[in-house]
Amino acid sequence: MTVPTDLTTSPKPRDGRRRVTPAKVMLVLFGLVVLLATLRVLTGADDLASSGTLRATLVAAVPIGLAGLAGLWSERAGIVNIGLEGMMILGTFGAGYFGYFYGPWQGVLGAILFGALGGLIHALATVTFGVDHIVSGVAINIIAAGAVQYLAALSFTGVKGGGQTQSPPIDSLPAISIDALSDPLGDLEAKNWFIISDAAALLRALVTNLSVLTIIALLLFVLTWYVLWRTSFGLRLRSVGESPASAESLGVDVIRYKFVAVLISGGIAGLAGGFLALVASSTFREGQTGGRGYIGLAAMIFGNWRPGGLLAGAGLFGYTDTLRLRGGGESIHGLLLLVAVLLVGLAVWQWRKAARTAAIVSAVLGVLVALWFLLSDSIPEDLTGMTPYVTTLLVLALASQRLRPPAAAGQTYRKGSAG
Amino acid sequence: MSPRTTRVVLAVGAPVLALVMAFVITSLVLLAAGDSVADVWAQILSVPGHRAIVNIINAATVYYLSAIAVAIGFRMNLFNIGVDGQYRVASFAAAVVAGEGWLPGYLNTLLAVVAAVLVGAMWAGIAGLLRVTRGVSEVISTIMLNAIATALVAYLLRKVAVDDGGNNTATKQVPEGSRVPGIQIFDDVTVKVYGFVFLAALVGFVYWFVLSKTRFGFDLRATGRSETAAVASGISVKKMIVVSMLLSGGAAGLVGLPLLFGNDYSYGSTFQSGLGFAGIAIALLGRNHPIGIALGALLFAFLDEQSNSLQIVVGVSPDIVKITQGVIVLTVVIAYEVVRRYRVRLEQRQVAAALDEPATIEEAKA
Repeated sequence: MTVPTDLTTSPKPRDGRRRVTPAKVMLVLFGLVVLLATLRVLTGADDLASSGTLRATLVAAVPIGLAGLAGLWSERAGIVNIGLEGMMILGTFGAGYFGYFYGPWQGVLGAILFGALGGLIHALATVTFGVDHIVSGVAINIIAAGAVQYLAALSFTGVKGGGQTQSPPIDSLPAISIDALSDPLGDLEAKNWFIISDAAALLRALVTNLSVLTIIALLLFVLTWYVLWRTSFGLRLRSVGESPASAESLGVDVIRYKFVAVLISGGIAGLAGGFLALVASSTFREGQTGGRGYIGLAAMIFGNWRPGGLLAGAGLFGYTDTLRLRGGGESIHGLLLLVAVLLVGLAVWQWRKAARTAAIVSAVLGVLVALWFLLSDSIPEDLTGMTPYVTTLLVLALASQRLRPPAAAGQTYRKGSAG
Repeated sequence: MSPRTTRVVLAVGAPVLALVMAFVITSLVLLAAGDSVADVWAQILSVPGHRAIVNIINAATVYYLSAIAVAIGFRMNLFNIGVDGQYRVASFAAAVVAGEGWLPGYLNTLLAVVAAVLVGAMWAGIAGLLRVTRGVSEVISTIMLNAIATALVAYLLRKVAVDDGGNNTATKQVPEGSRVPGIQIFDDVTVKVYGFVFLAALVGFVYWFVLSKTRFGFDLRATGRSETAAVASGISVKKMIVVSMLLSGGAAGLVGLPLLFGNDYSYGSTFQSGLGFAGIAIALLGRNHPIGIALGALLFAFLDEQSNSLQIVVGVSPDIVKITQGVIVLTVVIAYEVVRRYRVRLEQRQVAAALDEPATIEEAKA
């Protein structure tokens, strides 16, 4: 958060223009490790940074991240997509059906196909017929949930190992382990050395039992960044989301770009659902998405409509989700300290920026969280599930001035509006 | 056709067109899946029995309240997706208050209703405040608040739950004297219509009266139509946003009450969920009109009830009607848009024709 305060000496717009260099990425990763290590030592909650936790985080973060990525594609083209949840649900079924009857790779394709089908409905409704984006999204969530329940009962009833609401186990996709690295890193992790063991745990999580689909997902992030920000196709797609009339006056086929973007969005959301069925649990189950489409949307907003920030958001939400699932009331309790420190830091920063009211609000929140940390031993499991949502509300409430959604997101565009 | 009949035909035509489209699409899904289209529709469109009629009225009562809550927001151009969370927090609060039984008899019921309205309004108010003070879109904040509500209620439920011997975690039962008696409309079945059906009717009437007949309602609709025009005529938009969010949340607080006082008598982990999203669909279907919403609520309840026996009779999963319900939302909106575009064209033609006429008269005079 080091932004020049004197605007007159920094005429360059800061939004989205900060260069991401490998050195900076390494620095961020290193900072993360130091943070986790410090937190682990201070709170004594060793599970905070174990390789098991971090590996589970990766598995939890990928579907959230992919859902967010799907939202990114759509919103960058100006179509708000709260049908992500429904498209993910369709994806879980696509993966379950094609995965069980034809094989895991067909399952991946099936997930993408079914998700894209949801995208097609959304595109037809919002782009072609000019339906309100939220209305269409809500409708898709209803339709998808119903359709999948109906189709699952039709496909898996009476199949051995399956049932009305779930598919039989699906063969897993190949996973990659580099034992030559994994084992020594495990030894290092077990030593519990400050920072070094934590770094080892992080690396070990990355080289042990890594599903190909996880790798594909991470590559999709890079690909998205490249396509949207480094190609003319991406520039046109984003221009359609910022100012469709200007884009059309420059000869961009607005309707077609929006349509394609929403289709891609649906496909990626479907893949997010497919990941849940194929990698996270190896079977399709009804209600498997559990609101992850919405968390993905939250991660996208958290990330300010950019892939890097989105990845960070997905990591954060996946991490808290993992701690919850690992019975980590104590681990999450440790995170309270971090939140308190961050809030107080934010307050100081806001105070310096002369945002006095906001600073006071942040400071009061920070002190309250710190008190909570000191006066309790653990956070009830039910409450930890709130983390992504509360974080998003806080980010929106405290930093909404720094968030910049695509300018024309949510607006209906009719061909020829450029005049 | 006279202009008046044209208008009526178009007004009725849009929802009918939407329903027909939804039926066609559902039939296509059934065909593609290899289920018998005729059998499914024969079952769903059969005449409901007495028990089914009572169930339909009861389900429609709950849907109606939910849809009115959503419609209040819609009239103000606010998208309250959070009715789902609001009614769950409010129902839980009402169940706790009613279960404690601080007051005797119906005073207790009244207190619980007030608690539900206040809690629902407060939960929605968070979104309203975030919108006016921090510019946070109510769509996003209510989605987040829904999830937070789920977690919060689950947590609090565990705190206050009483052991009833079974494995259902639930609040204390509402005392006998505070329950709302049902209305027996058929002698041959035991099920009764919720007494709170009158509450739903009252809410519908108040909704119509306040929006159509009061200054406040006019301000609200004006702000919903055009914020700039509202500002120009001296309406405080921020105040209107907060107030309509509070009203919408207050109405949402009532959604669970017919169930609480007429059927469940406690709030447990099995309390009906997802009513808020159905409310969005029904409000759209009914065009935010109190009568239209009532018809929409009855239609949704009818589809739900009639599909229950699909599995046994035809061997088709009843979830097929959820597809129909979801598709109706889309086709309704599309149909209204198509009709609106057609009407605009029609008006343009009429105006053009009317403009031609005086010219011919003057020509005649000359």
